[in-house]
This record gives sequence, structure tokens and C-alpha cells, in this order.
Amino acid sequence: MKKTVDEKTVRGIVKKYDGDKSAAVAILQEIQDEYRYLPKEALTLLGLEMGVPLSRLYEIATFYNAFSLTPRGKCMIEVCAGTACHVQGGFNLMTGLERELGIMRGETTPDGMFTLAEVRCLGCCSLAAVARIDGNIHPYMAQDEIPRILKNYRKQR
Amino acid sequence: MSRISTLKDMDRAAQRGLASLFPKKTKIMVGMATSGIASGAQGVYDALAAEIKAKGLDIILSKTGSMGLDAIEPLVDVLEPNKPRLSYSKMTPKKVPLLLDRLSSGAADAIKPAYRMDADDFLVQGEKKPYLKGKLPAGLKDIPVIQDIDFYKKQVKIALRNCGTIDPESIDEYIARGGYYSLLKAVADMSPDEIINDVIASGLRGRGGGGFLVGRKWQSCRHAHGDVKYVICNGDEGDPGAYMDRSLMEGDPHSVLEGMIIGAFAIGAHEGFIYVRNEYPLAVANLQCALEQARACGLLGKNIFNSGFDFDIKIVKGAGAFVCGESTALMASLEGKAGEPRAKYIHTVEQGLWNRPSNLNNVESWANVPVIIARGGKWFSGVGVRHSTGTKVFSLVGKINNVGLVEVPMGIPLKDIIYDIGGGIPGGKAFKAVQTGGPSGGCIPDKLIDLPVDFDSLWEAGSMMGSGGMIVMDERTCMVDIARYFIEFLVSESCGKCVPCREGVYRMNEILHDICRGKGKKGDVELLESMSKGIQDGSLCALGGSAPNPVLSTIRYFREEYDAHIRHKRCPAGVCRALIRYGIDKEKCTGCGVCARKCPVACISGEKKKLHAIDPGKCIKCGICMETCKFDAITVE
Repeated sequence: MKKTVDEKTVRGIVKKYDGDKSAAVAILQEIQDEYRYLPKEALTLLGLEMGVPLSRLYEIATFYNAFSLTPRGKCMIEVCAGTACHVQGGFNLMTGLERELGIMRGETTPDGMFTLAEVRCLGCCSLAAVARIDGNIHPYMAQDEIPRILKNYRKQR
Repeated sequence: MSRISTLKDMDRAAQRGLASLFPKKTKIMVGMATSGIASGAQGVYDALAAEIKAKGLDIILSKTGSMGLDAIEPLVDVLEPNKPRLSYSKMTPKKVPLLLDRLSSGAADAIKPAYRMDADDFLVQGEKKPYLKGKLPAGLKDIPVIQDIDFYKKQVKIALRNCGTIDPESIDEYIARGGYYSLLKAVADMSPDEIINDVIASGLRGRGGGGFLVGRKWQSCRHAHGDVKYVICNGDEGDPGAYMDRSLMEGDPHSVLEGMIIGAFAIGAHEGFIYVRNEYPLAVANLQCALEQARACGLLGKNIFNSGFDFDIKIVKGAGAFVCGESTALMASLEGKAGEPRAKYIHTVEQGLWNRPSNLNNVESWANVPVIIARGGKWFSGVGVRHSTGTKVFSLVGKINNVGLVEVPMGIPLKDIIYDIGGGIPGGKAFKAVQTGGPSGGCIPDKLIDLPVDFDSLWEAGSMMGSGGMIVMDERTCMVDIARYFIEFLVSESCGKCVPCREGVYRMNEILHDICRGKGKKGDVELLESMSKGIQDGSLCALGGSAPNPVLSTIRYFREEYDAHIRHKRCPAGVCRALIRYGIDKEKCTGCGVCARKCPVACISGEKKKLHAIDPGKCIKCGICMETCKFDAITVE
């Protein structure tokens, strides 16, 4: 379920950083942790609270890969696109996931369950190819494991 | 935690640390870095904790970082008083009772350790402390000593000295192994200039890729005008295929802090920042824990070691932007802005963060500093080769048997890393190239296998040291595809500020995509080369300036692969999907039918126990048949 943006939460986060403008990235990270994306209402409110133009927050939000302006699924699937994963078949893993989920990278399944994303190296290069699903690293992941792994995550939620 | 302000306080902490490193009762350590956890170390740890409690055993259970050889994780180390430390590889929760039974009953080993350690090397103090006292127990004679294992034989651990040995959450264990003694020596017995001169004498060059002399950088920052100065640790390890800094921050966070405090004292800074990648949650947690401990002990904060020197550090998390590994972009990001680099007419040591003198070094550079102060710059410069002193940590990954982190003296031949330490290429395939330096580096071909690995030799070979990623490639890796991969990476990570990088790299990506799709034209290679020159000369920062390197180095050494793609519309390595066709080997196919069941488009047919066939018209070239065939019967051409 999508959480509705309430002023108290946003103000609380800003207060934690004393409204420090140089903490904008950290504040946006906390907002994203709270709502799983950056809702427009939260950004507007944040701009007013911090005295920063919305355009500048938008600039930051679109510059860094970690931020999303659209709602994400309950479960993030991040496929590592590092060099080691690439040479060990990471591309096949990604296209396999796209096929299985019926979405392209960067998209969310219609039921709001999974968001498929590409991530630039998880630093687990010795376990290539890897994907991080809901925060758990899956080492040596191969295409034929996909249905079983996705089923497990569906069950958990 | 009591305050540490004198040598006596330090010695007390060291005694506590020694008591936990060499305990009077049995101790079990589980390697719990990210790679260990991903291999299942958490399950093993939980099983050990539950079993120890259930059986009421008097055993200490603790966590440690990574020893480097990730291929054999999860790794569990067992230390019984006066006996060698034994390392059990590939542990599972199921093997836990077997291990504990052995420990409690003294029965013969149901599972065999991979190797043993008879003594521990205290590098900072330059001495060995034995685990084994007296005679080697019977039954351990066949277990190899760690120094005899091929993977470790040629390694020299300086930066990774504590990883996998200490509990990263224990400051006492860090102090016991000589930690923070260098800081004490620096602030109590040395002047800032003496420290800087020692670091210059060590010849330590920046480990993040630039290779600039660390001591010289400190000197410039010390002499820069301004009262407020900053030291920054670059932990934004963005190079794909590299994870040295992650392992260091996870396994030995205090070494980074100590290096930074010494640097800050020498430079005259009172505030420091560690910028860590968003993708490294465990590194952030362990650094945070280390910071709190150092503060509680007074090793950070006001009046460190009663010297009147104040210094504190803040951790800032990145948000996923490769360009933020560039110093000026990183500083913009620290200021809470989009991480765009600027032209460096004025160096950051003069005007960096908030336009104040700022000294930025990489994680591994900082971790080397305490050893240099303890053992002296001259000692450090004796390791490695002239102009590239000390060691370098590499992440040896890709198509190699012993994947993991290796720390080797600079100047070691590439051959030794690939064949002796790495154990060669799996599946009897031929070694083709090794990629170093990430997206700014290049590929070194098999014919240069004798190349010494140091800053200058790699540069001459058209690659670079970079931060230390070393991705091994075999005959099944397409070099054009690799060039395309890096350029595609750089297109999405280019910040877009300057035209040569934003538009030029984008256009190179289009050309490379066309070549991989079989739409390459005559003259494409020459066009790529001339564009590369323009991008190298015209880009604002190192990201753009070095962006063409992966293309240029693959053209330089693997021109024939480009020609095969462009002229003959063939991918010799069998990777580029538009140019390949899967088939089935008549001799090898057993007709087991696994591929037919796995194929998502049902394009494989055949009767049970008889030769199968692939319908090339329906095949989407996903490669699942090849991945799942146990008989190596799927061919690609």
C-alpha cells in the first residue's frame, strides 16, 4: 500500500538534520526509505521547510540513481551490472528476469510486488552473477532459478 | 569504554585485545563480510549460536571480516588454546554439529579444515605471535599451513593486515595488533612536517586510481591558505568489478579512521568526512560502530592523547552516482548538491569542500598510513618497486578459479596473479585478457602476461591501476561487447555537464551497439579512434577524459575481433546475440531433455534419450540451454 504523505513525518526528518541544506541528499534518502519513493507532495513540503527551491530538490532527485520519483514495488530486485557479473552472464540474468516478470528494467509489476532495477556493482564481484532481492544478496544466480526465487518472495509478502 | 589518553591506557586496551585474540578458552570466528553473508555465513553463525547455547558449551563465538578467498566461504575459524588456528571452508548449518562434537569430545575430525595458521603476523609491530605452543597435535600434519596455500603464498598483507583476523567491532583487538599506536606516536613524538616527510619517503601513491604521491598532496594542503581545512576519505568505490574498499571498511574500519586522524593532524584539519557508497550498508554500519568507539575512547573529539589536537569525522552516504568518485564531484555531493565535477584550475587542496583546502584520499591509501608511521617510510618503500612502492589490493574476479581479494607487492608479474594466486582459468579455457582500472582502464591481452603490475607499466600498456578491479576474461568473452559494456556504463553515468563526454560518449555507444548488432560499417573503428582523441582532450574531468580507454585498448589488442563483427558479421566469442546461433553437439547430447524443459520459448525438441535440435527461427538466444546443460552439449557459433 502507498503511504500518504503527512507533514509530521517530513518535518520530523528535516528537524533531525536541523534543516541543514548540505544534508539534502541524506534527507531525501530518509524520505525515500519512508515512502519507498519520493512523492511530489513530500518534495514540495520539503522545499518549503528547508527554504530550497523545488527545482533544486528535483535536480538532486534525478541526478542520483538511488532516488525514484515513481512508486516502487514492495520488493526491489536489483540486478548487478558490474563487470564481473557482466562476464559471468549478468546480461542473460537480467533478460531472464525481464521475461519472467513481464516488465523491463526500471519498471514495476502491475500488482506492485516487484520493481526490477539495474545496479552498478554491488561489490560482490567474487560471487558473480548476483542480484539483490529485498536486501538479500543471491550469489551465482542463474536464469533457471528465477521462478523458484520469485515464488519464495511472493510467499513471504 | 574508558578514555584512552596515555600510553598506559593504550597498553591496557591492548592487553584486553590480546586476551580476546588469544583466549584461554575455545573461540569460533565466522567470516561475516558481505561476501560471507551472501554465501550463507549468517545461517552458520545462527546455527553455531543456537547449538552452543543448547549444549551449554563454554565457547566464545565472534565475527570477523573476510580473509580474501571468497571462493571457499562461508569460512569458520576455530581457535583452541595453544593449538593452531584452523579454518573450515564452505561451512553450512548442517556441518555445525559435527564441528562442535569434535570440539567437545575431542573425537576425530568429521570435517577437515582447509588450512591452519600456526602463528599470527603482527605487521605493525613487526613480530609473529604463535597460536601453536609446543608440538603440533597429531592429525594436523596433513593440513596445510596458510602460507603454503597457492592463493596466499605470494601475497603480502599491509592494507588488509587485520581483515579476517580481528572482530571489526572490537577496538581492543585493533589496538592489540598495533592499532592507534601510530597515532599516539604521530601526535606525541612527531611534528606535522616529520609525518609528511615520512609519508613522502614511503613513496605511497594514491590507491584510488590517480596514483598521485600522498605525502605531496598532504604537504600542499598543509601549506594552503586558510584556517579551516578538511580531510576526506573517498569510499565511493564505483568501479564495477572492484570491492577492495568495501572489504576494508567492513573488516577493519579503525585502520581507515586512524589513517585519517594522523593525516588530519599533519595537515591541520579538524573535521573529516567519509563518503561511502549507498550500496554498502554493512560498511556504513561497521564504520559507524568504529566511530562511536573511537569517540568514546577519546581517540576522536577534543584533545586527542592530551595533545590539544581536536578532530572528528562524519559519515556521509552517497546516492548511487559513479561520477561522485571524482574528487570535485564528491565534494559537491558532500555539500548536498548534485555531484557534478568542476574544472581543476584550482586544486582541491587549495579550494575544495566549501572552497576550503581539502585533502581527499582513498580508503586503501588511508589504511596504509598507520603502518608507514609505525614501521617508517623507508621500510614501506622497500616493499614493491621503485616509483610504485608498497602493495596493492586487487579484486581478482571473472573467469578465474580462485576468486577473491588479493594483496600483492607492486611489480609482481601479471602471470603470478593469474596462474599462481588465481589458479588459472576454469574449465580448461584459454586466458584472453584481464581488465584493470574499471571504466577508465583497459584490457591487457594474454601476450602481455609477463607485464609487471605497477602504476607505470599498466599505463604504458594502455590500461591503468585504477582502484584495483582485475576482471579476468577467457575465450568466451567478447572484447567488442566489453568495450560496448563500459561505454554504455559511462553514458548512463556521465553527469552531462560537458559536451565531449555527454554527446561524444553517447555517439560512441551508438556505434558500438551497431557493431554488436551486425550493423557495423567500414570506417567505424577509425571513427571511434578519432572521436576518442576529441573526448580525451575536451572533457572536463577524468570520467570523460578516460572514457575512451576501454575502446582504445580493445582496438589496440583485439582489432581482429572488431573486424570479424564488422566485415564478417561474426562474434568469435559467441556473445553478441544478433550474431550468434545456438546448436547442439551430436556427440555430447544424451537426450536428457533438460534444455527442452527449461527453454522459455519451447524451441528445443527431440525424443527422450535421442539427439535434440534447436529451431533457430524461434530461438531468442537467452542462453538458458547452455547454462543448464550438464553435458556441455550446447554449442554457439
